[in-house]
Amino acid sequence: MLKISKYVLYDIARNKVAIAYTLFLLVISLSFFQMEANSGKAVLSLLNVVLIVVPLISLVFSTIHWYNSYEFIELMLTQPISRKKVLLSEFSGIASSLVTAFLIGVGLPVLIYNPDNIGLALIIVGTLLTLSFTSIAFLASVKSKDKSRGIGIALLLWFYFALIYDGLVLMILFSFSDYPMEKITLLLSSLNPIDLGRIYLMLQMDISALMGYTGATYKEFFGSNVGLFYTIGIMFIWIIVPIMLAVRSFNKKDL
Amino acid sequence: MIRLTNINKQFKKLHALKDINIELSKGQAVSLIGPNGSGKTTIIKCILGLVTPNSGQIFFDDININEQVAYRSRIGYMPQIGRYPDNMKIGQLFKMIKNIRDTESKLDEELYYKFKLDTILDKSMRNLSGGTRQKVSAALAFLFDADVLILDEPTAGLDPLSSEILKEKILDEKEKGKLILITSHILSDLEELTTDVLYIQEGKVIFLKSLSDLRQETGEEKLNKAIAWHMKNSMKHDLRYIKIAK
Repeated sequence: MLKISKYVLYDIARNKVAIAYTLFLLVISLSFFQMEANSGKAVLSLLNVVLIVVPLISLVFSTIHWYNSYEFIELMLTQPISRKKVLLSEFSGIASSLVTAFLIGVGLPVLIYNPDNIGLALIIVGTLLTLSFTSIAFLASVKSKDKSRGIGIALLLWFYFALIYDGLVLMILFSFSDYPMEKITLLLSSLNPIDLGRIYLMLQMDISALMGYTGATYKEFFGSNVGLFYTIGIMFIWIIVPIMLAVRSFNKKDL
Repeated sequence: MIRLTNINKQFKKLHALKDINIELSKGQAVSLIGPNGSGKTTIIKCILGLVTPNSGQIFFDDININEQVAYRSRIGYMPQIGRYPDNMKIGQLFKMIKNIRDTESKLDEELYYKFKLDTILDKSMRNLSGGTRQKVSAALAFLFDADVLILDEPTAGLDPLSSEILKEKILDEKEKGKLILITSHILSDLEELTTDVLYIQEGKVIFLKSLSDLRQETGEEKLNKAIAWHMKNSMKHDLRYIKIAK
């Protein structure tokens, strides 16, 4: 499996998009840390970038790469290699390159300028988001037949997770504002990795004090180790379930 | 060696394969003949596991192909349209395939040298002509000295000289007692190469007969005439194809 991943990585290294992505993240992180006197504020600005840009790039890059390496995948499948192995090698190749890009582009500056709990949490959440959205992109690409549809679905998924979902949650909260909603909000946030990451990171910061009673109850949950394990656990579900579904669907696919 | 039992394949509305039952054994050189869209490539892809049948089973040496993928190391496959990673060079492609197969057995590089692929190792796959692509596919199919060779339209797009080289190579491999499954529309090409004929039409097996039986039955010496006779006498489905075959 490592052998095939090696060729995937080799291919990614050559097309330079991953390098451009690394540089882009690096420039953004460094400029935030340079502009803000308070490195905590810089992390807050960086948080928004991480929550919006990282899922988008992970989705689009994985989808495009999947379709561009379709010939390679076909060729591998005429060799004595199982479909599961081919798919997982592709996944690990793409995921590891995106995670490396993130760790160099965001992880390194954060560790240099703001090496505290919040910085660390940002790095963990960003890495997990990269992995889960790569996994979601694989599911979408395996399920959709042609390139344009695949990329369209990837973009729609990003709109849904990054923008539309928040609106839906707000709508639910407004319409049921007479009832106690703490538990349900927690459940709703678990249905979207971006939301979960955002809430987890926000509650590591001081601004959670501004969120009143609800903020305090969340702070109690997410501030503790239980919250950390809960976040990581749910994120792992968001990584493993889509890729497993993708493997299942790929096993039955006609090429 | 390869056994297909009750294979059915449905692509949306198209019923591509209808209850296929065939058994192919070692030493046979089977030509798979049929009109365009009759399901030839689908059968081949089913055997390779690239297409999963809706029902039925395929056995390779009595082992169901769904159970393991190792059987594919014993098949050399030459696709109808070879699709390869665009940004690779010929040399890299061969190196990669060898690296991934990682076999101990001796490589058969006869075609690789005869097609002079070693002189164009630096050519990128993107810029290859259709014919050169076919040469690469052929060289890859024969490279691992596999027991079974599946060749989908092997001579299409090759120049006469290369086509002769390939035909000679197929004959050599046939002499070694390998199972060869070959599709082509150029029946005169197949004549020298095959021992058996598998004729399919609209996804159904019409017959699987040895060439000598076919000749005896029809009284025709030439393969194309024998097939035309068969089609005329037993069924008058596709007149167009008879005309082309003539």
